[in-house]
Amino acid sequence: MAECHPVAFQWVVEAKKRGATIIHVDPRFTRTSALATFHVPSRVGGDIVLLGALVNHVLSGRHEFTEYVRAYTNAADILPLDFHDTEDSDGLFSGYDPVSRTYDNSSWQPTGERDLTLTDPRCVFQVLKRHFARYTPELVERVCGISQADFGRLADTLVRCSGREQTTAWVYAVGWTQHTTGVQHIRTAAILQLLLGNMGRPGGGILALRGHASIQGSTDIPTLFDLLPGYLPMPRREDQSLDAYLARLPNTGFWGNKLSYLASLMKAWFGDAATAANDFCLSSLPRLSGDHGTYRTVLDMIEGKVKGYFLWGQNPAVGSAGGRLQRLALAKLDWLVVRDLALIESATFWQDSPEVATGELATDQIGTEVFFLPAAAHVEKAGSFTNTQRMLQWHYKALEPPGDARSDLWFAYHLGKRIRAAVASSPEPRDALLQNLTWDYNESGELAEPDAEAVLREVNGRGPDGSLLSGFAQLKPDGSTACGNWIYSGCFAGGVNQTARRKPQSEQSWVAPEWGWAWPANRRILYNRASADPEGRPWSEAKAYIWWNEAKGEWTGHDVPDIEKNKSPDYIPPDGAVGPAALAGSDPFIMQRDGKGALFVPSGLKDGPLPTHYEPAESLVRNDAYKQDKSPVSILYPKAEATFEQLSGDTITFPYIFTTYRLTEHHTAGGMSRTLSRLAELQPELFCEVSPALAAERGLENGGWATIVTARAAIEARVLVTRRVRPLRLADGAVVHQVGLPYHWGSQGLVTGDVVNDLLPFALDPNVFIQESKVATCDIQPGRRPRGPALTGLVRSYRERAGLDDEWPGGRDDE
Amino acid sequence: MTSNRLYGPLDDVSGDAGYVAGHPQRVGFFTDTSVCIGCKACEVACKEWNGLPDPEADALVLTGMSYDNTAELGANSWRHVAFIEQAVPAASAPALSALSRDAEGELIISASVGDTDDGGSATRWLMASDVCKHCTHAACLDVCPTGALVRTEFGTVIVQPDVCNGCAYCVSACPFGVIDRREGDGRAWKCTMCYDRLRGGLEPACAKACPTDSIQFGPLSELRETAQARLAELHAAGVPEARLYGDDPDDGVGGTGAFFLLLDEPAVYGLPPDPVVTTRDLPAMWRWAGIAAGVLAAGVAVAFTGRAGRAGRP
Repeated sequence: MAECHPVAFQWVVEAKKRGATIIHVDPRFTRTSALATFHVPSRVGGDIVLLGALVNHVLSGRHEFTEYVRAYTNAADILPLDFHDTEDSDGLFSGYDPVSRTYDNSSWQPTGERDLTLTDPRCVFQVLKRHFARYTPELVERVCGISQADFGRLADTLVRCSGREQTTAWVYAVGWTQHTTGVQHIRTAAILQLLLGNMGRPGGGILALRGHASIQGSTDIPTLFDLLPGYLPMPRREDQSLDAYLARLPNTGFWGNKLSYLASLMKAWFGDAATAANDFCLSSLPRLSGDHGTYRTVLDMIEGKVKGYFLWGQNPAVGSAGGRLQRLALAKLDWLVVRDLALIESATFWQDSPEVATGELATDQIGTEVFFLPAAAHVEKAGSFTNTQRMLQWHYKALEPPGDARSDLWFAYHLGKRIRAAVASSPEPRDALLQNLTWDYNESGELAEPDAEAVLREVNGRGPDGSLLSGFAQLKPDGSTACGNWIYSGCFAGGVNQTARRKPQSEQSWVAPEWGWAWPANRRILYNRASADPEGRPWSEAKAYIWWNEAKGEWTGHDVPDIEKNKSPDYIPPDGAVGPAALAGSDPFIMQRDGKGALFVPSGLKDGPLPTHYEPAESLVRNDAYKQDKSPVSILYPKAEATFEQLSGDTITFPYIFTTYRLTEHHTAGGMSRTLSRLAELQPELFCEVSPALAAERGLENGGWATIVTARAAIEARVLVTRRVRPLRLADGAVVHQVGLPYHWGSQGLVTGDVVNDLLPFALDPNVFIQESKVATCDIQPGRRPRGPALTGLVRSYRERAGLDDEWPGGRDDE
Repeated sequence: MTSNRLYGPLDDVSGDAGYVAGHPQRVGFFTDTSVCIGCKACEVACKEWNGLPDPEADALVLTGMSYDNTAELGANSWRHVAFIEQAVPAASAPALSALSRDAEGELIISASVGDTDDGGSATRWLMASDVCKHCTHAACLDVCPTGALVRTEFGTVIVQPDVCNGCAYCVSACPFGVIDRREGDGRAWKCTMCYDRLRGGLEPACAKACPTDSIQFGPLSELRETAQARLAELHAAGVPEARLYGDDPDDGVGGTGAFFLLLDEPAVYGLPPDPVVTTRDLPAMWRWAGIAAGVLAAGVAVAFTGRAGRAGRP
């Protein structure tokens, strides 16, 4: 966190000064470790074992927050007889189909019965206990290389700092998600937090530190292929009607109002053209026919299925896994639009990519027409950032963008205008979508810059009379309201840009509700109903947050209550109730169909209802916990299953593991830092971090060069020998060396270097299609890498030694 | 007794330099290295505000010294964050018992545990942002023959680039090795404590940019109190190695305007353990030089008179 979020880290320092215990779990000792109370080094990819052992520690020691668990989680749900846990089938849940590598989750569905004593052997609580029983401190030592003493210290601190009087927060940088089991890492943390009563309470929660400013915003109003704004799913091919689409969302809880959210979104987009009679134009939206994620799209490019590509502030030639495939893909396009602050590698790959040097690509044979369009920086445009707390903060334009640089809003808006003009009289049904778009933001100034606040007003939503809505509770399912994103509704309440508020901390309560605006409804802590006990009383004086005022018959407190204001704690829903009314007054998790925190997830996850440890796609060791070695449902491209199987446990050819990360001094793929002298000089060269022991083993010298080789690429880096990277001894005596590689360099900018992400495979989490970029296997040798075609030869020789067939995806051999 | 104004405690540096009563309080930096996260925002903010020159392309090389690629203070780097990686005995890592409930609020210096390769020792990573000390007795200023180096009304020491003739006397005089001549320019440059910002009522750029308040700016007397309180807090929290550096008016430079809380010996951070203003002995030297001159003169006189006497002889 200190490395990548130094500004936010000031609050961790502040908390430490007030007595908080700061624990840092990371393969490396980083700038965060330096300020933490203690650091626990761990083998990358062992996260579920470590977290699972913490779950086991809580359950076996009876440290759970019993009243919280019983009332607020699905611990009491009874699971059906045909549900089989990984305990029963050595690493697989019931419903697995090895041919399609998918699960059928029908056997995971609770029966509807509950056992509030939590003693029924088929209740979630007991299943959880059995599932995590094998996750012992001994297993942690064997798998993660963490001593039992260190584990004990971590576990004791966690338990001590949780309960009625205290809370623990888990804070993670998104590297935690970049695994084939990434979603389940967060899931395990969620289970821990629910068991310890750390959700919905001040000082608790799980906080994702995003990779860029406003990445939270880019999932809320998504750049993701499978979501619409406000976490409404993107329609699928099989959704032939509005009803079929809506059936995929719960009827109970706040998703019960799904039609209000969707209809209002469609009205915001298509205005009068969206009517109840035509399913609010839903059927005219593109629909998903499968995986259309980034990596699948790259492979489709290589296969010639993709003609054009827009890159907005993204540099896949450097920043995405498998850089070689990324660049080979770009070379197969008809056209490519790159919008960025500076000329980045994804715009220059045709002349300076490593494949041009090796002869795999020839500049004069690349047909891609590249358009580089300079972008305005954030100080050169107005707009909002949404941070990890879901808080929107408005920023104003300080400067005009230089030269041809334009804001993203300008580009999208004017591109839309031109496309709409081009299809204005088209009779094609496919163009109706464009013709019907509401596309009328007022323009101003010489550049005809669209008004960003007009967009925010559209996002906020309007009522039938055109007045701005005060919140999502006003949204209607009949098409009389329009709202660009239901969770953001209220951000422009009263005609005031609520996100621009800047009332100082000293002039308001400690929750600071008048600084910016947090979705939903300016609520600063989600699910804060859980901060009070089932009767509506704070769990403790120290952690009082919201509570039920019996005299007034309403919820009150420091924050906006996350429950209907007048819903009594003893409200019991009548049979057949739908929407929010279907949840009891003691149900805090109002976006769940049952209002309960999900210790066990019956639907929504592709890799199982409970987190289970699998080794990374590339690993030096076999799974110590189960016979099932790797995630049975991870997405491995292209047809790489055999490759990973072959490499698994190959400690001869690729005897080390490596992990990738960022440094404070640079920003992701470097487009915003390698181009600036003040930042570039602070970390001027790509380096690898190795322990003194590994340096001795391989003859690496501090400040010298090393070549790092994987089954996909070879790169060179300067060597930093440091005791901050330590070999870990697993319990079977094996010593695991980890190589650290920051990934900021490429061929452009003031400081250049090889592309670390070239080393990585296409191995993805099945739920969210994130790549496993935090762990893979490699070799490291002293000296610089070969130049020209000899570089390909080096990789090929390693592949031969590893017994991989010579079919090297995407290369000339494929052509 | 009247003092040697080149040495020892001095309450009012600006007054001593001739500013009339009512001049601003002496200001300074207190750099608390125990909360430094090594982000180098101070380095960047300083260079950006002060418009320092970009490095030459051939200077963009990895030093191999941990995460420090700035290496030292110089004409073009007025803040420098040092990174020191240390092995510390595992025993100094907090014991399990130290984390019991009654030890809450402790501020244990982080120690990475769980090692395999060197007998259970733990790791400590010290980071500290160094800067010109703005000494109470500034040798650079004392030796400057052109008057380019001056004491400001804020008690800080700055170089006036339009007066500096590049003689570099200040470079050899500085006991901390801070001030430096710029290549291709020849003149001496160093931290001004953002004199222009101070004149405008703003804090220096580095302190403004520091996210964790490791760099604190303010009236020196207040900073010294803050530092004492922080030191006491750390000592109470079981960090006996915490110490202040440069806060003592009785030290060799009369105390510094920029002082530090360190977690190890100053030399570990590249700071001189006992800096002494290089002009401390000037009065004594002048006295001795005077005596020597007198003796010499007397000798000469004696020689002449003696010779005259002899000459007067027949």
